[in-house]
Amino acid sequence: MARTVIDAHELSKTYTEGPVPVEAVKDVHLHIEAGEFIALVGPSGSGKTTLLNMIGGLDEPTKGKVVIDGTDITGMKENKLIDFRLRNIGFVFQAYNLIPVLTAEENIEFIMLLQGTDKDERKQRVQQLLEEVGLQGKGSSRPSELSGGQQQRVAVARALASKPKFVLADEPTANLDSTTAANLLDIMEKLNKEEGMTFVFSTHDPRVIQRARRVVTLVDGEIEKDEMVNEPMVD
Amino acid sequence: MMILKIAWRNIWRNRTRSLVLILSIVLGMWAGAFIMAFYWGMSKQQVDDTIQQNLSHIQFHHPDFRENFEAKYTIADGDQVVADLQQDKEVKAYSERVVCMAMAASASKSTGVTLYGIVPEQEDALTGLKEKLIAGDYFTGKKNEVVVGNKLAEKLHLDVRKKIVCTFQDEQGEIVSVALRVSGIFKTRNSRLEEGMIYMQQTDLSALLGTGNGIHEIAVLLADDQQVDAVTDQWKQDFPADDVESWKELSPELRLIVESFNQYMFIIIGIILLALLFGIINTMLMAILERTKELGVLMSVGLNKTKVFIMILLETVFIALVGGPLGLLLAWCTVQLTHSSGIDLSMYSKGLEEFGYASIVYPELGMSSYFSILIMVVAAALIASVFPAMRALKLKPVEAIRKI
Ligand SMILES: Nc1ncnc2c1ncn2[C@@H]1O[C@H](COP(=O)(O)OP(=O)(O)OP(=O)(O)O)[C@@H](O)[C@H]1O
Ligand SMILES: [Mg+2]
Repeated sequence: MARTVIDAHELSKTYTEGPVPVEAVKDVHLHIEAGEFIALVGPSGSGKTTLLNMIGGLDEPTKGKVVIDGTDITGMKENKLIDFRLRNIGFVFQAYNLIPVLTAEENIEFIMLLQGTDKDERKQRVQQLLEEVGLQGKGSSRPSELSGGQQQRVAVARALASKPKFVLADEPTANLDSTTAANLLDIMEKLNKEEGMTFVFSTHDPRVIQRARRVVTLVDGEIEKDEMVNEPMVD
Repeated sequence: MMILKIAWRNIWRNRTRSLVLILSIVLGMWAGAFIMAFYWGMSKQQVDDTIQQNLSHIQFHHPDFRENFEAKYTIADGDQVVADLQQDKEVKAYSERVVCMAMAASASKSTGVTLYGIVPEQEDALTGLKEKLIAGDYFTGKKNEVVVGNKLAEKLHLDVRKKIVCTFQDEQGEIVSVALRVSGIFKTRNSRLEEGMIYMQQTDLSALLGTGNGIHEIAVLLADDQQVDAVTDQWKQDFPADDVESWKELSPELRLIVESFNQYMFIIIGIILLALLFGIINTMLMAILERTKELGVLMSVGLNKTKVFIMILLETVFIALVGGPLGLLLAWCTVQLTHSSGIDLSMYSKGLEEFGYASIVYPELGMSSYFSILIMVVAAALIASVFPAMRALKLKPVEAIRKI
C-alpha cells in the first residue's frame, strides 16, 4: 500500500465573520496517498476551496486535524507553517500565480532560492522543469508576455520546483479555454505518471473531471461521494 | 538575492508614481542641502571676517583687563610672550595692541569707541588693514594720526584730515582729552566691526595713557586654524600669568553659530524629511494594497514574514537611495556654482551688514554634512517603510488568495 501523504481527520470549518455562521466544511475525512490524481468537485460554495486551503496549511480548521506525511500541521506557528509549505506543498492558484516582475525562469528559481538550493542545481532544474511543461525557450519572458495557459504551466513548474510531497491546485483551469485546459491537464497527468507526483485539484469543468482517477464530491461542506473512476495506474 | 531584484523591479512597476516620489525627495534634499550651504556660507564668512579683521585666533590679556578695560592692566610678561611667538612655527602673524575705551567726538556728534594703539606693520600683517583703506593714507608718521572705520566716519561726519577729539582715562585714572587727525578711512565687509574702532600709533597712545612699554592685548593668527584649540591649551600652560583665550572664548556668539550649525541642520532637514515621510508612507501603502494578491501568493508558496518585511523595506530604501543622492548631487553642483560666484544680496543687504553679515554670500557645505543628510534620508525611508511593511505582514494569505 502506498504512503499516505494527506490525512484529514474530522475536518470542519465554520466561518463566524459574517452575520450568520457558515459551516463551509463539515466533519470531512480524507485520506490521500502518494501518486494519486484526485479531483475535488461540487457546486459553487460547497467548500472545495476551504478544504484545499486547510489541507495546504493556508487556513486553520475549526475542528479536526490535518496530517501531512506524518506531520500534524494543525496549530503550527505561522512562520513555521510558511516554511513547511515551502518545503512540502506545491500550489497552483486560479490566477495571479506568478510574480509579474520576475521572468518565468526567475519565478521558478525563486522557490529554490528560498529553499537554499545551490546555483548549479537551480539552473539545471529550472531548464528541466520548463522543458517538462513545454516552455523551453520561454524562460526569459515576463508573465505579461505569456498567454494564460503558458502562465499556468509556469505555475505548475514553480509548484514542482520545491520537490513537494503533493501539488494543490484550486481551479487551475478556470481561466483557460478548453484546449488550453486540456493541455495543462496533459502536463499534470504526465508528471503524475512519470514522476509519481500527487495532484489534488478542484474543478467545475466536466472535461477536467473526466481525467481524474479519483473524484471526491462535496455538497454543503460534506463529502457526498468518493469514487475511483478510471483504471488505476499500473507501474 | 532575488528579494533585492523583486524590490528593485517593483519600484518601476508604477513608474510615474515612483518618479513623482523620487522627484519630491530630490527636490527636498536639494532645497534642504542648499539652504544649509547658504546658511553655513553666511555664518562661516561672519566667523572668518571677525577672526580675520578683529579677534584673530588667540589673544593674550592681563587676567583683569577684559573686566573693565583699565589701562593699568598690561600684560605682565608681554616681552616674553612676543619673544616666544617670534620663534613659534605655528604663528602666522601677531599684533601687540594698547587698548583703551574712549568717547570720540567730532564737531557735530559723539560716540563710544575703542582706541587701538598698534604697530602699523604688525597690524597690517595680521588683519590686512592697509588694503582696506578707501581714503587717505595708512599712517604717514605724523603725531596723533588715526585710521577710522567708514561706518564711524559716516556717523561722525568725518573725512580725511578732519579732527576728532577722544576722551579717556589714563593709567592714573585721570581724564585725558586729545585731538586726533584722521589720516585714513577703512572699510570692511562687516560694518559692525568698523563702527567702533579707531587705530592709532602705539607710541602715541602709550604716551597719552602713561603705560610706557606696556601692552594690553596680543592677537595671534595661526597658520592652521585646526590647531587653535591645541595651541591655546599649550599656551595656557606656558603663560599661566596671562589670560590666553581662543576666538571661541573671546566671542561666545561666534562659537554658538559654529557649534549649533549641526543642530540647525538636523532640524531643517528633519522637517523636510517629515513632510516627505508621509509621501513615502502613502505611496508604499498604495503599492502594497495593489499587490495584495501577489503578496498572498508569495506568502502561500513560502516567503516568510521576515522576508516580506525586508522586501518592502528595501523597496522604500531604494527609492530613497535613488532620490537622496540625486538631490544631494544637484545641491552640490548648485553650491559649487554659487560658491565661486557668490550670491549678491546687496539689494536686501542693508540689514545684513548691520548684523555683521556680508552682503555677498558664498554657499559652502562640508562633505560630512552631505553624508549626514544622506544617512538621514535613508533613516527616514526605513522609518517610513515600517508602517506599510507591518500592514503587509497583517495580510493573511487565505484572504489575499480568496480575492483571486
Ligand atoms: N472568509 C469567509 N467568510 C465567510 N464565509 C466564507 C468565507 N470564505 C468562504 N465562505 C463561505 O464558505 C462556503 C464555502 O466556500 P468555498 O469557497 O470553500 O466554496 P467553493 O466550493 O470553493 O466554491 P466555488 O466553486 O465557488 O469556488 C461558502 O458558502 C462561502 O460563502
Ligand atoms: Mg473555490
